[in-house]
Amino acid sequence: MRFMVMVKATKESEAGVMPSEYLLAEMGQYNEELVKAGVLLAAEGLHPSSKGVRVRFSSKDRTVIDGPFTETKELVAGFWLMQVRSKEEVIEWVRRCPNPFDGESEIEIRQVFDAEDFGDALTPELRAQEERLREQAQSRNAGR
Amino acid sequence: MTASATHSAIETVWRLESPKVIAGLTRLVRDLGAAEDLAHDALVAALEQWPTEGIPRNPGAWLMATAKHRAIDLLRRQARLDRKHEELARDLETGMPSGLSDVEAAMDDDIGDDLLRLMFTACHPVLPTDARVALTLRLLGGLTTEEIARAFVVAEPTIAQRIVRAKRTLSKAQVPFEVPRGPERDARLSSVLEVIYLVFNEGYSATAGDDWVRPALCDDALRLGRVLAERAPEEPEVHGLVALMELQASRLRARIGPNGEPVRLLEQNRARWDQLLIGRGLAALRRAESLPGPPGAYALQASIAACHARARTPEDADWKRIVGLYARLSEVTGSPIVKLNHAVAVAMADGPEAGLAIVDTLTSEPSLERYHYLPSVRGDLLEKLGRLADAQVEFERAAALTKNARERELLMTRARACMFPSG
Repeated sequence: MRFMVMVKATKESEAGVMPSEYLLAEMGQYNEELVKAGVLLAAEGLHPSSKGVRVRFSSKDRTVIDGPFTETKELVAGFWLMQVRSKEEVIEWVRRCPNPFDGESEIEIRQVFDAEDFGDALTPELRAQEERLREQAQSRNAGR
Repeated sequence: MTASATHSAIETVWRLESPKVIAGLTRLVRDLGAAEDLAHDALVAALEQWPTEGIPRNPGAWLMATAKHRAIDLLRRQARLDRKHEELARDLETGMPSGLSDVEAAMDDDIGDDLLRLMFTACHPVLPTDARVALTLRLLGGLTTEEIARAFVVAEPTIAQRIVRAKRTLSKAQVPFEVPRGPERDARLSSVLEVIYLVFNEGYSATAGDDWVRPALCDDALRLGRVLAERAPEEPEVHGLVALMELQASRLRARIGPNGEPVRLLEQNRARWDQLLIGRGLAALRRAESLPGPPGAYALQASIAACHARARTPEDADWKRIVGLYARLSEVTGSPIVKLNHAVAVAMADGPEAGLAIVDTLTSEPSLERYHYLPSVRGDLLEKLGRLADAQVEFERAAALTKNARERELLMTRARACMFPSG
């Protein structure tokens, strides 16, 4: 199963303060361990929300809102995508992560949906859409 | 943390750390079975102490240090019996780092090689293939005997016995705990790659049971492959295998229809292919290709998978290139199964008639006699040529040969469709 492991933003990250050389080295080593264990699928850091944009939807209207955004703790500063065998395993990996900032910070772990998670939620309409796509593919092959 | 939460946290730490701990111990005591017992003793100690004292900051080093102390005790006891063990005990004691941080440093030094040694040992040709698979999943994948049994639809005692016997065989044959060098290395590496790919394939198209795929098994194989690629980065075929598995795994979601039935490559909804895994697969393939030497069997198969991965529709795929790759793969492997796939590619590039001509040269091949894919491919080509009665016979023959329930259903459906063509 896959998990999105998100580093929450802090005042410093929002102010565009770059991590110290020491932290970069620690993080580098941690990432290497993840790679060596075969669990790291992807990892990225995000620019501060001052460079971000939101698109707000309201019925048919769309409004574009420029950053920065105020609710710092709810913002994401970076993420890993990890492939592990259980939720306990991803927790253990995150426990081993160096503190991404000086002082207080938070990392949030969220499971990524797998196709089988949808189960019965895959409605008959969606199934029909799947079938249709497949039939198109089949007729394309038959026409060769 | 509640008691049960601590318990499951310990179990998780064990899964993550046990391969390294067992590998390190095997180097010290020079016997896989004894190393596993010692590592297990350390786990028991952790289960006793951690719930009250808390999980240590570096649990792997803690487990290793505890197991090492027990190894010294064991060797001391045996030292009374012979001189060789006495030496070992002394070496171990004098080389024993004092603090946990020293142990950490000592572990980091050699641990990479120890894991690699463990992989080569678990996949040693002195063992039958099914024992190599079970031992690798148990020692390197961190799977329990029960999990292995479930994955391969085999009774648990059978797997347990297989593992016990394998450890005994390795001990009796005095298989050295090392990464082989020189000419032996290639053959031994192929065995490691073969075991990993076997695990992957059992997940990718299960040969037994009711499920068509077992994605967890694919994940286990992928993880083993990625670990190996980090430990042996100079081996092109390791990257070739990783590339192949990443690319095939990218299609896992699209291979299962809404009702759990298999969906064939050319009929898959390509929007459901996992672009992240495709990207990783193509990157691994580039790594394989950047290393010297002609491409091996895994890299060639990965190149074929890459042709499909890059194509937006089946027609977009570079079928001429695929035909060429299969021809080279056929030369490298000499496998009739590869030749059968070659025929499928030829049918796509030059039409069903050309493909059928190649398939027909394989029908008397003894090794394919019970291989359901042969009549299944033949049926498919006959169907395309409008020879429906012949196609029906082939689909029925294929259905009778496959052991997978889902696939049998699909083949029976296709046989019926030949009887009652809808137009």
